[in-house]
Amino acid sequence: MRLIVPLRGVIHGRGGLFVGSLIPCCLFYFLQLYLKRRRPPPSDPAELPRTSSRTNLFSRGNSIGRVRVSSRAVPVAKPPDSPYYIGLERVKTDPYDRIKNTDGIIQLGLAESTLCFDLLQRWMSENLMDSMMQSDDGEFDISSIAMYKPFEGLLELRVAFADFMSRIMGGNVSFDPSNMVITAGGTPAIEVLAFCLADHGNAFLIPTPYYPGFDRDIKFRTGVELIPVHCRSSDNFTVTVSALEQALNQARKRGSKVSGILFSNPSNPVGNILSRETLQDILRFAQEKNIHVISDEIFAGSVYGDKEFVSMAEIAGSGEFDKSRVHIIYGLSKDLSIPGFRAGVIYSFHEDVVNAAKKLMRFSSVPVPVQRILISLLSDVRFIEEYMRAHRQRIRDKHIRFVEGLKQLGIPCAESGGGLYCWVDMSSLLTSYSEKGELELFEKLLTVAKINATPGTACYCIEPGWFRCCFTALADEDIPVIMERIRQLRESSRS
Amino acid sequence: MTRTEPNRSRSSNSDSDKNSGNGGGGRTTAMRVIVPLQGVVQGRGGLFLGSVIPCAFFYFLQFYLKRNRKNDESDNSGEQNSSASSSSSPNSGLPDPTRSQSAGHLTELTGLPRSLSRILLSPRNSGGAVSVSGRVNCVLKGGDSSPYYVGQKRVEEDPYDELGNPYGVIQLGLSQNTKLSLDDWVLENPKEAISDGLSISGIASYEPSDGLLELKMAVAGFMSEATKNSVSFDPSQLVLTSGASSAIEILSFCLADSGNAFLVPTPCSPGYDGDVKWRTGVDIIHVPCRSADNFNMSMVVLDRAFYQAKKRGVRIRGIIISNPSNPMGSLLSRENLYALLDFARERNIHIISNEIFAGSVHGEEGEFVSMAEIVDTEENIDRERVHIVYDLSKDLSFPGLRSAAIYSFNESVLSASRKLTTLSPVSSPTQHLLISAISNPKNVQRLVKTNRQRLQSIYMEFVKGLKELGIECTKSNGGFYCWADMRGLISSYSEKGEIELWNKLLNIGKINVIPGSCCHCIEPGWFRICFSNLSERDVPVVMNRIRKVCQTCKSQN
Repeated sequence: MRLIVPLRGVIHGRGGLFVGSLIPCCLFYFLQLYLKRRRPPPSDPAELPRTSSRTNLFSRGNSIGRVRVSSRAVPVAKPPDSPYYIGLERVKTDPYDRIKNTDGIIQLGLAESTLCFDLLQRWMSENLMDSMMQSDDGEFDISSIAMYKPFEGLLELRVAFADFMSRIMGGNVSFDPSNMVITAGGTPAIEVLAFCLADHGNAFLIPTPYYPGFDRDIKFRTGVELIPVHCRSSDNFTVTVSALEQALNQARKRGSKVSGILFSNPSNPVGNILSRETLQDILRFAQEKNIHVISDEIFAGSVYGDKEFVSMAEIAGSGEFDKSRVHIIYGLSKDLSIPGFRAGVIYSFHEDVVNAAKKLMRFSSVPVPVQRILISLLSDVRFIEEYMRAHRQRIRDKHIRFVEGLKQLGIPCAESGGGLYCWVDMSSLLTSYSEKGELELFEKLLTVAKINATPGTACYCIEPGWFRCCFTALADEDIPVIMERIRQLRESSRS
Repeated sequence: MTRTEPNRSRSSNSDSDKNSGNGGGGRTTAMRVIVPLQGVVQGRGGLFLGSVIPCAFFYFLQFYLKRNRKNDESDNSGEQNSSASSSSSPNSGLPDPTRSQSAGHLTELTGLPRSLSRILLSPRNSGGAVSVSGRVNCVLKGGDSSPYYVGQKRVEEDPYDELGNPYGVIQLGLSQNTKLSLDDWVLENPKEAISDGLSISGIASYEPSDGLLELKMAVAGFMSEATKNSVSFDPSQLVLTSGASSAIEILSFCLADSGNAFLVPTPCSPGYDGDVKWRTGVDIIHVPCRSADNFNMSMVVLDRAFYQAKKRGVRIRGIIISNPSNPMGSLLSRENLYALLDFARERNIHIISNEIFAGSVHGEEGEFVSMAEIVDTEENIDRERVHIVYDLSKDLSFPGLRSAAIYSFNESVLSASRKLTTLSPVSSPTQHLLISAISNPKNVQRLVKTNRQRLQSIYMEFVKGLKELGIECTKSNGGFYCWADMRGLISSYSEKGEIELWNKLLNIGKINVIPGSCCHCIEPGWFRICFSNLSERDVPVVMNRIRKVCQTCKSQN
């Protein structure tokens, strides 16, 4: 009986058991508390041994340790492990050039377009300086470009942007410049939205395969998680409400709060366009669950198929839904092929989000001279019309050529209607139908065939063997070169 | 944390009182009160096991409660904001009872009550108004009522123009410099020289977001020139960002975790609150400097602030200084900088040296010493803790260009910052514009010299004008401001009196200045006046307006 002393209380009378347990518990509790206060703040386990050994070595003074960076900066500083970034880095070391470096790596990993550089070149050489230097009274006034201007963008630019966006989206939808915040590219736009809509540790649902850059844009600093909603080739990688529902329930069960849905339309990397019905379903679902919808429409003007592009803004504006949960990201890097300008926009129907984003633009606003150039560029309606026609036509031509070339090799592509890339099914080249097989093929494409294409794993595709190939920076004569390289690769692996 | 302690012990005391009372009334001895002690009396093992077993039960109970709580929250969306903020707080590992308290406390700060009540009002699945994140509330609220923003707004609505609007508000609050013009940038044919740099293939395609090497070299040259060539900067240690705000934000993110803090000697730049706190979750601990010391910071006060913070459980990761200082315009001496480095070394913290006005040193006597020069001769271990922020657009009087640089000796900070610049990039046209302006060393030399001369002449004139009105300024050697002592004009020696005077300056005098409280100065009656965007002709106008305010103040007294 001596073993479990508090039990003696039960035998001897009432109070004993209770007090006999309570007092040790209290003591234990205070011990925990004491230990907790004494404990040094948590530090990064990987770094610790090194620091302490260093401190021992440098015994000068009382405690000169090597100063450490914050633990959240450590993963950012590490070299990238996603094949997307590895591929991009590799191309930089040995880029293909039609004349000077014919054995170099061909870039199919970066979504940029050089198809209409001739048109841009012409416009810039005619108007660039004037657009930057112009002012109302015709005389150049330095203060119009040099001084601080509202961080969310000049009103003229927002008006021009709104007009441009509704133009490329088929004219069915109009945008209100006061709901608009100009950002330094699509990347900060996404980060700012993530910061505004979700707290640290919350999550967004995101249909896979998705653009590999989202990982960096969202996770680096905001601490928001991305929960993949898997889509399959049998649905042509289109998201369904049941899949969203399932992912949401699973996430809630795991204890993470879902704040919104993020998707790109036209989708990146597949290139398919969401139908009006799908968009309505998504918005209805979001309304039911009271979460936000972020629609990344950065490829809206690069639609080349027969399918009509519908902006989420149009669905939200139909009056059927509560639109304050809808946020749209747009940028000029893809549709106008001027990624160097770093011009993007957040279009939100939520007043608080617009106001917060305006304030956060102190960190990523567009320089005023660049804004001036963009104002004249976007308001030159004749040029824009001509440009957009040429842009679409040239992507269509290039797409047909590229897909045809792959078809002759027996390699199919997913059906697509927009974007600067196609989604290629290379599963016939895989040695094993698994992620490992896919990464092996990626490595072989990079080192043997010297082609950098983004593997599906980087986009979190659950089916192995898919690759994203961007074809808009290629010249026509490059396409046979690529096809030849793929053919040789296949033959060498067969033999 | 401390609040629960007495509660708990008190309740246990009262329980034991009651029980001992019962026990006393019962048949058994008082020994029953502390049962484990029976073990001591009866034999060895009892005390130990009698304590361990309840403890173990208690521990598992805590554990169980903790796990259960998390699940509860995930079902209740209303409480999630609080769980998120508590998990991001440094106290997240605390045992249960204290956790809920600290979480409640934190959400009060981030403005949860609002979103909570919203959710209560609108039933969940009816698709009520969707709430934004809790952390964005502090950005939304951030400083709208602060004189800094109120003043800016007034200027926007009614700006002074010599001809168009002579009764408008004169902007003396925004730090912009109009002392250089585009014609100064390039000697001949500015238009052509710039457009040569801007060819389509150069400006339209993706380029490294942390800056082209060409530009980095030019910036390094420019920085050397600004420091009078006493130190040479290595272009590979530069990372370009869009503006000094984002440079400071990126550094805060890299050097401190959420919940850590930086020491900032005050008066300081009003912008730090937004730059450091908003998105990175890093706190600022102000270290007040006084007019009696000429607003110089003292190592003793720094030390005290460090230990006070440590006692409260806040981890200090660094110190942010500006040199030339903003708002006073004073320069830190070599001795000061060495003392600072010693302090940082001893406490093992970082130094962020904000040198955005390095090229705008206009005083004759003071010598500007860059932190880079101080650590140039030091060992690596000390260099790694030094990070310099430099603003190109300030010295080039082109703030609309939004380009600044981080100069760091720490490889991890550099590689992290390089990646983070995609989130606040410098656009290619800007980069090419800058290259065309500052790649020629001769040109840079001339630019810096002209800028200094023009700043100096306007500063002299401005201070002379103030002196005639009986307003003294601290001695300034750099930057765009004077730090004016208007203690004689305030009706009551308090922050309220200061704001009253500020209101008078804005409404009666129609000039927008920054009150010391925005710079977190603890002594009321000081104002930051930016003179660099005035022309010589504007100075008498400003003085007349201030005189008018002086007269109304005196007549009231």
